[in-house]
Amino acid sequence: MRLANKVAIVTGGSRGIGLAIARRFASEGAAVVVGDLDLEAARLAAAELEKLGVGAEAVKCDVAQTEDAELLASHALNRFGRIDILVNNAGITRDRLLLRMSESDWDVVIAVNLKGAFNCTKAVAKTMLRQRSGRIINIASVVGLIGNAGQANYAASKAGVIGLTKSLAREMAGRNITVNAIAPGFIETKMTEDLPESVRQAFMSRIPLGRAGTPEDVANAALFLASDESSYITGQVICVDGGMVM
Amino acid sequence: MTESEIFEKVRQLVVDKLDVDEDEVTMEASFQDDLGADSLDVMELVDDIEREFDITIEEADLDTIKTVGDAVRYIASR
Repeated sequence: MRLANKVAIVTGGSRGIGLAIARRFASEGAAVVVGDLDLEAARLAAAELEKLGVGAEAVKCDVAQTEDAELLASHALNRFGRIDILVNNAGITRDRLLLRMSESDWDVVIAVNLKGAFNCTKAVAKTMLRQRSGRIINIASVVGLIGNAGQANYAASKAGVIGLTKSLAREMAGRNITVNAIAPGFIETKMTEDLPESVRQAFMSRIPLGRAGTPEDVANAALFLASDESSYITGQVICVDGGMVM
Repeated sequence: MTESEIFEKVRQLVVDKLDVDEDEVTMEASFQDDLGADSLDVMELVDDIEREFDITIEEADLDTIKTVGDAVRYIASR
């Protein structure tokens, strides 16, 4: 068990990449707090995780709201007494070309994807600093590195997450807290399911491994970054993208 | 609470946080230069002091607090 006795928080943990990460962590012995806007879905996820023999908790959480992020952290602390791992995974898209992108399309994506990561990290930081240990794993995206037409807001938020990752890696290194990002490429989830076939094909043609990734591929990278095996790695962005970005 | 009572409490917080000897913690001692605190230690001490004394230390005032005495006088003034 690579995460025995660890306590993890996964935002957006009730489906897609977040759920895959929550499952992977639980299968390695971590207690998991699933934060999600959709409390019912979070409860279902937590119930499934408990069947793996670990403690699990569902918390309704809009990461864009400071108070929600603080509640999420205090739930974890009250129930499990510590916080070892935070995965900032909650994210949304509002894809449009710039001329069609509204101010609210911009604001809401930045609020959830970027400010949400800030809020949740700040909410757990005090605990991790006192523990003198912690792992923060931010789910970014390859589009934060290479951009993507129609995703100016999303790409900017993910590039922001990468800057946040590197800054906090420097800030918190002295307390044995590592901060890393994972940049998934084209992963089969609800988020990518709705893309037009032409867009999917365009992505596929740019993936050297020639296939889309799965949420489990991302979860395996997250497990590595959460485990003791990665203790000398911080401030990095690991692309899980079949070689799309290199 | 008198300044010396505040000082005793602050001294205990500093000893616990920075793992220094009690007699090193004087009114004149600078957190960073004399007591070996790094910037994160200072943040945590601020948090400890806020909790212990039930006050809020304003961001703008943080820069004026360099020594244990600065902290004690700041707390006494609140």
